[in-house]
Amino acid sequence: MTELSSIDSASRDPWVPRPTRILRRKQETSDTFTLWLGVGEGGAPFAPGQFNMLYVFGVGEAAISISGDPDVAAPLVHTIRAVGTVTGRMQELKRGATIGVRGPYGNGWPIAEAKGKDVLIVGGGLGIAPLRPVIYFVLRHRSLFGRVTLLFGARSPSALVFRSELEVWRRRTDITTQVIVDHAARDWTGPVGVVPALIDSVPIDASKTIAMVCGPELMMRFTARSLLRRGLSAGDVFVSLERNMKCALGFCGHCQYRETFLCRDGPVVRLDRVESIFDRREV
Amino acid sequence: MTVEELTTLLRDHEFLTGLDETDATQLASCVRSAHFAEGEFLMREGERSSYFYLIRTGRVALESNVPGKGVLQMESIGPGDVVGLSWPLPPYRVHIDARAVVPTETLAFDATRLREVMEGDHDLGYALMTRLYEKALRRLERVRLQRLDVYTAS
Amino acid sequence: MFAERRHGAFFVCERAVGRRVILSRDRFGALLGALAADGYTLVGPTVRDGAIVHARIRGIEDLPEGWGEVQEAGMYRLRKRDDRALFGYAVGPRSWKESFFVPTLQLWRAHRQDGTFVVLEGARGAAPLALIGARSCDLHGVAIQDKVFRDGAFSDPDYEARRRGTFVVAVQCGQSGGTCFCVSMGTGPESTEGFDIALTEILDERGHRFVAEIGTERGLKFVEAVGFEPADDADVETALRIVAKTAGEMGRTLDTGGIRDLLYRNLEHPRWAEVADRCLACTSCTLVCPTCFCSSVEDKTDIDGEHAERTRRWDSCFTMDHSYVHGGSVRASIRSRYRQWLTHKLASWIDQFGSSGCVGCGRCITWCPVGIDITEEVAAIRATDGA
Repeated sequence: MTELSSIDSASRDPWVPRPTRILRRKQETSDTFTLWLGVGEGGAPFAPGQFNMLYVFGVGEAAISISGDPDVAAPLVHTIRAVGTVTGRMQELKRGATIGVRGPYGNGWPIAEAKGKDVLIVGGGLGIAPLRPVIYFVLRHRSLFGRVTLLFGARSPSALVFRSELEVWRRRTDITTQVIVDHAARDWTGPVGVVPALIDSVPIDASKTIAMVCGPELMMRFTARSLLRRGLSAGDVFVSLERNMKCALGFCGHCQYRETFLCRDGPVVRLDRVESIFDRREV
Repeated sequence: MTVEELTTLLRDHEFLTGLDETDATQLASCVRSAHFAEGEFLMREGERSSYFYLIRTGRVALESNVPGKGVLQMESIGPGDVVGLSWPLPPYRVHIDARAVVPTETLAFDATRLREVMEGDHDLGYALMTRLYEKALRRLERVRLQRLDVYTAS
Repeated sequence: MFAERRHGAFFVCERAVGRRVILSRDRFGALLGALAADGYTLVGPTVRDGAIVHARIRGIEDLPEGWGEVQEAGMYRLRKRDDRALFGYAVGPRSWKESFFVPTLQLWRAHRQDGTFVVLEGARGAAPLALIGARSCDLHGVAIQDKVFRDGAFSDPDYEARRRGTFVVAVQCGQSGGTCFCVSMGTGPESTEGFDIALTEILDERGHRFVAEIGTERGLKFVEAVGFEPADDADVETALRIVAKTAGEMGRTLDTGGIRDLLYRNLEHPRWAEVADRCLACTSCTLVCPTCFCSSVEDKTDIDGEHAERTRRWDSCFTMDHSYVHGGSVRASIRSRYRQWLTHKLASWIDQFGSSGCVGCGRCITWCPVGIDITEEVAAIRATDGA
């Protein structure tokens, strides 16, 4: 039997998590929080769009997208919503506690393909978290891309995640940032409604735009429909899908979306690959 | 504003895309440019539906007052869209508050005059109604999606 | 060097692999003994609880001598043969899946230490296995699972350890099982590769013997150790005729022409609702299927929270849990789960692994309590394609 105590010792067993320490935590909204995990000198390099399996000792694992800056190898940043047993317990962990990490897994957003083109990033709810790494990259390498548009939707102003960053992005003049909420009180002067409303009105050159969409599946479906109505082809639209994930290794079979193992050939999927099943029930 | 200027503004507005010069001139006779300051109401729930607005710039919030919760913004309408869906049919009653959230420029139709024009020219009436139907349909789609409350974890 | 008799003379041949020899029943028994003595754990067929299952066997004495079976949709029973054939049956409820992809496995355990935790890997590997009486369909099943667990982007360490050095004594089927359709799937009844020794059992006036085809150098070593007779043309012919007869007796057929696109374009076919009316989502089909690989993991801790362990166990896409995402199951209806299973098995699998996931063993048909027949379902959809 092998004892694994160092987080940098590469275990040959892909089932075994590496222990990491919570260096910092921040409560973003009532049920969403960000963790900064210590990953040692080598850092934890990743491609924007990838995820890790995060393990709470004795409770279980959850597949969580990496939400940090891809050009910053350490610490490892995750933004998590407490929706179940594992993530609920994770929300209770304090600074200094240990979380197991396996990964990174999955493919990433099509950054290379987007170079030289207009980039349209659409995030709904916590969907902004897997998109934040690609936003960081695009903003740092701004000249590589054409027009950059960020569109975000949330339930209400208080549910917005990364509010201070949204303000920073909004102030930049070299990108367009719009935020829409499902409903709001009097004091909100921004748009109210659903993300497709923003897509219907924002300037888009459909001949050279790559769209990256992440959020609840229903939101992605309607968003995709709006994007196609604006003239984008399904080959230019990328969505990040989510299914039950247990192993993230392509063994357990849970994350299959027809022929796609989302842990391996996803979670980022080009729309034209799944178009025929995207609005089908119970696939 | 002159009739020519109004006609140009009408033909430029997304809602009236494809309308010819004659129709636009006819419509110009029942429209005027209307500006709303931030916070100003375009219409109030319960009042008679006297106007039909094409939004040129700015943002209009459709809102409802919920006793105990205060005012809730339901949806905002932006440039290219319209405010006012109750004016074509009796009882011509506004069903929701509409308030400018930021300074907003509109083209405001006198609803009674507009109905007369459409009665007199059914072709123009049909053209306007199909456009209005499309706006209403898109709004219904969005409202349905809103109702699904997609961001709430079960 | 290797010798065989042909046309009344011995021919000395350079290459042994591919050649056929004769092993008497006794020599076959000795072969099993030799494998065991060499450290292999023998796994083979044996009668237990009214079925012929795979289990650890000691030797020839544990084989289902004189037993055959009768199988149909939703029905299986043993029947006594009127001879002493050792492999006079087709397939039982178990496959080789459970030897390599074991039903429950402790993946690792961990304990808290100094504010962090330490993980100890689970125990790896068993003695190398010798599969006795492996059928072609089942060997295809093993090869398919190799693609899933060993030859993909990640390799499962436990599967790899258990698969290492596996010795295969294949058996060419002397009878079809009533629900078999390996011919349709191109997976049998004759094994042409993936074995160390392939046996065809013959019982006639010349005696109870096996025509043994040598598959590997390793297989040759064991055959030489127990001794053999050369195989004459007559014996080789008899063996080939036996297999040909089996191929002509298939209980089912399945037209695989364009099947991937057929199923992909018929996701809303009314047949799914019809089969859903019968399906109990009992998961029997996935349990007996040699290629089904779904699993789930369980994380546990002891009462004081100091020790934890993770276990992997077989799962099935027929459970509600399988497709659970926060909020509910994506595949809530049995209709969608049956559709998922069949479409995955016969269509998506091709995109994922380059071959069908079905080996035509017929187990899912036999062991379905309501007798749902995968070949019948596909035929029905094909007959009204686009309905």
